[in-house]
Amino acid sequence: MKSYRTNVMLCGGTGCVSNGAFKIKDALERELKKHNLENEVGVIMTGCNGFCAQGPVAVVKPDEIFYQLLKEEDAAHIVEEHFLKGRPVKELLYTPPAEKSPVPKMSDIGFFSKQRLIALRNRGMIDPEQIDEYIGRDGYKALAKVLTSMKSEEVIQEVSDSGLRGRGGAGFPTGRKWESRRKDPRTPKYIVCNADEGDPGAFMDRSIVEADPHSVIEGMIIGAYVVGASKGYVYIRMEYPLAVKRMRLAIEQAREYGLLGEDIFGTGFDFDIDIFQGAGAFVCGETTALVSSIEGRIPEPRQRPPRTTLWGKPVVINNVETWANVPAIINRGAKWFSSIGTETSKGTKVFSLAGDINNAGLVEVPMGITLREIVFDIGGGIPKGMEFKAVQTGGPSGGVIPASQLDLPVDYEQLNAAGSMMGSGGMIIMSRKSCMVDVARYFLEFLNDESCGKCTPCREGSGEMLRILERICQGEGRPEDLDTLEELGEAIREASLCGLGQSLPNPVLSSLEHFRDEYEAHINDKKCPAGVCKALITFTIDKEKCKGCRLCAKNCPQEAISGEAKEPHTIDQDKCIKCGVCLDACKFDAVLVA
Amino acid sequence: MGKIRPEDLEKIRERMARTINMREGDARARVTVHMGTCGIAAGARKIMSTLMDLVEERGIDDVVVTTSGCAGLCSREPMLTVELKGEAPVKYVDMDEDKTKSIFSEHIISGKVVKEYALAIGSERVG
Repeated sequence: MKSYRTNVMLCGGTGCVSNGAFKIKDALERELKKHNLENEVGVIMTGCNGFCAQGPVAVVKPDEIFYQLLKEEDAAHIVEEHFLKGRPVKELLYTPPAEKSPVPKMSDIGFFSKQRLIALRNRGMIDPEQIDEYIGRDGYKALAKVLTSMKSEEVIQEVSDSGLRGRGGAGFPTGRKWESRRKDPRTPKYIVCNADEGDPGAFMDRSIVEADPHSVIEGMIIGAYVVGASKGYVYIRMEYPLAVKRMRLAIEQAREYGLLGEDIFGTGFDFDIDIFQGAGAFVCGETTALVSSIEGRIPEPRQRPPRTTLWGKPVVINNVETWANVPAIINRGAKWFSSIGTETSKGTKVFSLAGDINNAGLVEVPMGITLREIVFDIGGGIPKGMEFKAVQTGGPSGGVIPASQLDLPVDYEQLNAAGSMMGSGGMIIMSRKSCMVDVARYFLEFLNDESCGKCTPCREGSGEMLRILERICQGEGRPEDLDTLEELGEAIREASLCGLGQSLPNPVLSSLEHFRDEYEAHINDKKCPAGVCKALITFTIDKEKCKGCRLCAKNCPQEAISGEAKEPHTIDQDKCIKCGVCLDACKFDAVLVA
Repeated sequence: MGKIRPEDLEKIRERMARTINMREGDARARVTVHMGTCGIAAGARKIMSTLMDLVEERGIDDVVVTTSGCAGLCSREPMLTVELKGEAPVKYVDMDEDKTKSIFSEHIISGKVVKEYALAIGSERVG
């Protein structure tokens, strides 16, 4: 096999692909050919590199040079300067927000250096569409070890000792789950990988599948051997076309090598995997609804206990990230894995950073790291140095954590104690620009929409909470509304059938706990302190600060701003739709929101 | 390749070792061909392809071959810098195909500096 002196690891995750990564690949290859470098320099499409905010990105190996914000037109320059003449292109290097000069090496960039990769151990290092590259980095070694030299009990012991807990959010100990299914006498047994990631702003599972599908497959085969399962499903939403494509390809390649199918590795063990594409309903991420969907029925949750089954037979359902951790634990041992993390939460966790944050992207960090380290050291803080207000963890049904708790170590128990949860790992960062009432309203709107409607507390309760929140945002809140929200929240939490309903009041209850003053300002003073809720704000121009540059007037879609050049402008309140365009356009902070 | 056995994994790993090691940058030796305009004009491309062929032919998986700009001594191009892990870099000047081959086997593979082609040992001080 041909090997290159230089490998351009070009990010082929969904984010970079939608910004033209494939076009950049073609352009680079065209230019390499022009300089007769096509046999010396290879362009490899990897999975998500993680630094999505700066995409499309590429890392040049072995020099570790990190290029960002690439465009098709940059290809000629990079090839001639860097790949031919060996001089990295300065203009395309990354400069951290607080610094002046660019940082060429990936390992010197704070975003990367603070991360610890286990589930994402192969991200950016391999072409996920080549099984040999996965094997080249010790892929399927754990499976070979398990099938040829370990008993089921030993594997379970190892996984239990490692302290691995479900990465889908609930944090159930993986070893214990496997043991209960192993002991179940009913057959056949099933393995399911839950890749139905539905949280707004979350893309951990998608990125793992796109970057390293074989790590998930290997984990599933090991799980299947342990419990004695013969059939597996990857339940993945159809909104993830690239992840579906790479998973399908990986399954085919694994079959060709005999790693799936009959007589795996010649050991007599049979197991195969199929992909099941979900239609993108949030509730399908809930275990019992997910199995209903696979069974071909309406995806409604079921009462538990009894334990979840698939066609009445035992099934192990774990999340993408959980499965991806398993081969690493077998290869490096429970002791190693459990040495990372906190007392109750071992290993690492993948988070997606979104919202008001400089380095939006995908990060994997050791459990126990503080929120401050994630938001500031890795995430690079809030754009324009704005003040941090809160972070929503655990997806839409998680909760907000305020600035006063930034030093909270991230693990399952600590997040629960703070009124939020680990969830699958979405983190939405908010600055003073976010209105906490509006944020709660947004999440409730999503959850009300996604509520399957089977049980009354969730169906009706979410609707009622949403109506109250809408009323408050409109400036029509009543003093008793806050008590009603709390009472409703408690009732929904207690009485709902599944996890969706039980966690649904979290965004409201946690923001009420930490930001009650904002709710009260909406209700009592008819004011939105963050300047977000349109019914409660007006835009005016500060005559002292306005230089009459006309920028706001030119940008206003309603032509509501008038005034001569170099004279202070005014906003016609009848025409103003409160879109905030003038606020963003003004360079002199002359637009006031009150 | 059809169905594989556990022992086949090792064969695939060996086959992939060079590709993977090159990306990890964790190599025993690092060879830099100076590719400024002067170097290219003096024939540095030929030196590069000779090195690439040698690496390929002998199945070497722990040597990084890379490029850099002009080293500042344009009259002695093409130039080559060989750096073995833990040792000072050695600069070779006036390179041609045959010299490259002997440096490859003597210095890069066997670890002995080829003094007659070497200009200096070490690098300039930076900063």
